[in-house]
Amino acid sequence: MKLPDLTELALRNLRESVLRNSLTTVGIAVGVASLVAMLSLGIGLQQLASRRLVKSGLFDTVLVTSRRDLRNFGREEQRAGPAPGESRILDEPARREIEHLPNVLEAYPDIRFITELRYEEKPHLTMVGALPSSARSTDAFDGMQGSFFSSETAAEVVLQKSFAEELLGKTPQPGTDETKVAELAAPLLGKELTMRYAQRAVAQLQRPGGANAHAGDSAGKAQGSTSETAYSVISREQKLRIVGIADLDPESMRGPTRARVFLPLRLAESLHVMQPTDLREISRAAGAEPVYSSISVRVGNPTQVQLVENAVQKMGFNTFSILDATRSLRQFFAVLDLFLGIFGSLALAVASIGIVNTLVMAILERRREIGIMKAIGASDGDVRTLFFAEAGAMGALGGILGVALGWTIGQAINFGTNIYLKRQALPPEHFWSVPWWLVAGAIVFAFIVSLVSGLYPAGRAARLDPVQALRYE
Amino acid sequence: MSGSQGTPPTHCACTIRTEDLCRHYRLGDTLIRAVDGVSLEVRSGEFVALLGSSGSGKSSVLNLIAGLDRPTSGSVIVQGRNLARLSREELSKYRLHTVGMVFQSFNLISSMTLEENVELPMRFAEVERGKRQNLAHDALERVGLVARMKHRPSELSGGEQQRAALARALINRPQLLLADEPTGNLDSRTGTEIMNLVRHLNRQLEMTVVMVTHERALAERYAQRLIFLADGKLIGDQANRSAAGEIKSQGERS
Ligand SMILES: Nc1ncnc2c1ncn2[C@@H]1O[C@H](COP(=O)(O)OP(=O)(O)OP(=O)(O)O)[C@@H](O)[C@H]1O
Ligand SMILES: [Mg+2]
Repeated sequence: MKLPDLTELALRNLRESVLRNSLTTVGIAVGVASLVAMLSLGIGLQQLASRRLVKSGLFDTVLVTSRRDLRNFGREEQRAGPAPGESRILDEPARREIEHLPNVLEAYPDIRFITELRYEEKPHLTMVGALPSSARSTDAFDGMQGSFFSSETAAEVVLQKSFAEELLGKTPQPGTDETKVAELAAPLLGKELTMRYAQRAVAQLQRPGGANAHAGDSAGKAQGSTSETAYSVISREQKLRIVGIADLDPESMRGPTRARVFLPLRLAESLHVMQPTDLREISRAAGAEPVYSSISVRVGNPTQVQLVENAVQKMGFNTFSILDATRSLRQFFAVLDLFLGIFGSLALAVASIGIVNTLVMAILERRREIGIMKAIGASDGDVRTLFFAEAGAMGALGGILGVALGWTIGQAINFGTNIYLKRQALPPEHFWSVPWWLVAGAIVFAFIVSLVSGLYPAGRAARLDPVQALRYE
Repeated sequence: MSGSQGTPPTHCACTIRTEDLCRHYRLGDTLIRAVDGVSLEVRSGEFVALLGSSGSGKSSVLNLIAGLDRPTSGSVIVQGRNLARLSREELSKYRLHTVGMVFQSFNLISSMTLEENVELPMRFAEVERGKRQNLAHDALERVGLVARMKHRPSELSGGEQQRAALARALINRPQLLLADEPTGNLDSRTGTEIMNLVRHLNRQLEMTVVMVTHERALAERYAQRLIFLADGKLIGDQANRSAAGEIKSQGERS
């Protein structure tokens, strides 16, 4: 029989005993729906987690340090190649080279220093960090009040919530509700801070005790000189306007955001602030080009992190990323998906027993019909494919219904949960995801399961002896 | 249906021949000889009646000729082909193209309309849809049921159902019409109607007809030859001598 005829015949046969066949189809639909529901919950949670993680900037960032740097004896360190001391310096050319590696979005130096900030004549000592403009999109600044830096060189700062509290003299009492960022923002936004810092100035061929060559308000000046090169440290001041208060949980501070006050990256670079590394870079501070203690490399996609790490290591630097952490996270979700899928499949297995039952019943009921079809010339194959087609049609129909049902259940749960989240004053989340491959896969899966379930009934129908089938009314 | 078969039947002496045909059933330790050494011949275009009392093995012989059943021993040769040697697939093709069957209980599929019932053999023969509908329409027209083609069998009288069954049996233009008590469930008037149709097919289309019946009168009125069975054995094979009635009834036809 030709396929269109076959499907037509199968569908009309299904319509004949509507109740039983639709109950079977609903059985499959429920099975598919639970499969889809379970898997899309798993996928949705996974996407939620990885969305959060990608946004956090942790998983697409590689931290590059020099092999010379003695601080970096960590167990995650990748140590290979030349011994410390002979390896490359992490300077501006190196940064540019890293930035030009494939898959690298940007490479920026980690500038972080402890310094004094004056607000309303009161000094506060704190950690200051520099941020590239790309940091704007990370979740660290999700609940920020005010705005991000107007430009990379603007004399502006974004404060950490806890530092803002310190400036206003509020210390959160344990047990009481956290202060809202908005309350902190009102009195602070637009106000000025004065940052006092130590500038590192290269003073080439300068002898110890040399004249105060630098014009300016050098309140305290230190000089270091070993070989021919030397540099001086000059105390400076910089006025900064508060433009934003970040609502960042201090616990989750990490990477470049592990500071309480943020400056735009280019501004921070131009200040040439004395950093802890500089003390150890004395021997190498040859030119005007700065030397970095570490560089953060942002990669286009978390999956490319390993490639970039390998390339950077080949250049002779140490790298560190949290790739391993994502790997185990992915593993967790794979296992979760597997279990959810197993439960869903169990539901589908129960449904497929329904198909077997329905079709076996149909054979008993349609014995005579099968006999007639054979008497008028139907081959075993015709009868088999007809029953197959009926099973397949129920499967495909059940699959489509099931996907729709599963999707609806998902939307309902999503909706309900978001109402709950709203009550808890939490932002809404989309933790339910039905990707197209799941839709297609579930339908195909239901179809295949139905065909397999139809295998035995169809075989029985095909082998039916027409003489016996026609003998009795 | 003007006798334009794709392959005209070879006009050899016989189109059906059985040789020492046996069909035995074993029930526990008793052996039932439903057909026991039947050898018969049917010539092409002949109208043969199989007569015998109930349980004599008439239906069994017919099913063996129809390729619905396989003999325990002996052979059935139809148009030079030994059915016992055909595979299941070949046997189904034989039933589809060479044989048309009519039963006492009509055996229309109750869930299908008359049109669908008549169309069904053409689906198995993979005839195109458009052609199928035309042919089904024509076939139903020939048996006078066009007006009822969208009806289901249960909405029709027995005679109408048997006419539809006849239309279905002939739709793939078989050379062989096998009828198992086609008038058994009909009153004599509708029975005559059906039989006249069958005779028309036999005469006009040179179709070979083997009809099972236990009514001797009916057989004598229509058949050219009578074959008698008893307890699975052939006990008589004679030409119909009441040929006069035959010609007379032909004239009666409307
Ligand atoms: N599957 C079977 N198992 C056992 N015995 C069978 C089977 N089929 C037929 N028989 C027996 O074979 C014999 C012949 O049966 P068959 O149906 O051919 O008779 P018949 O001549 O057509 O009778 P009737 O006129 O009543 O239709 C009967 O005795 C019947 O009981
Ligand atoms: Mg019988």
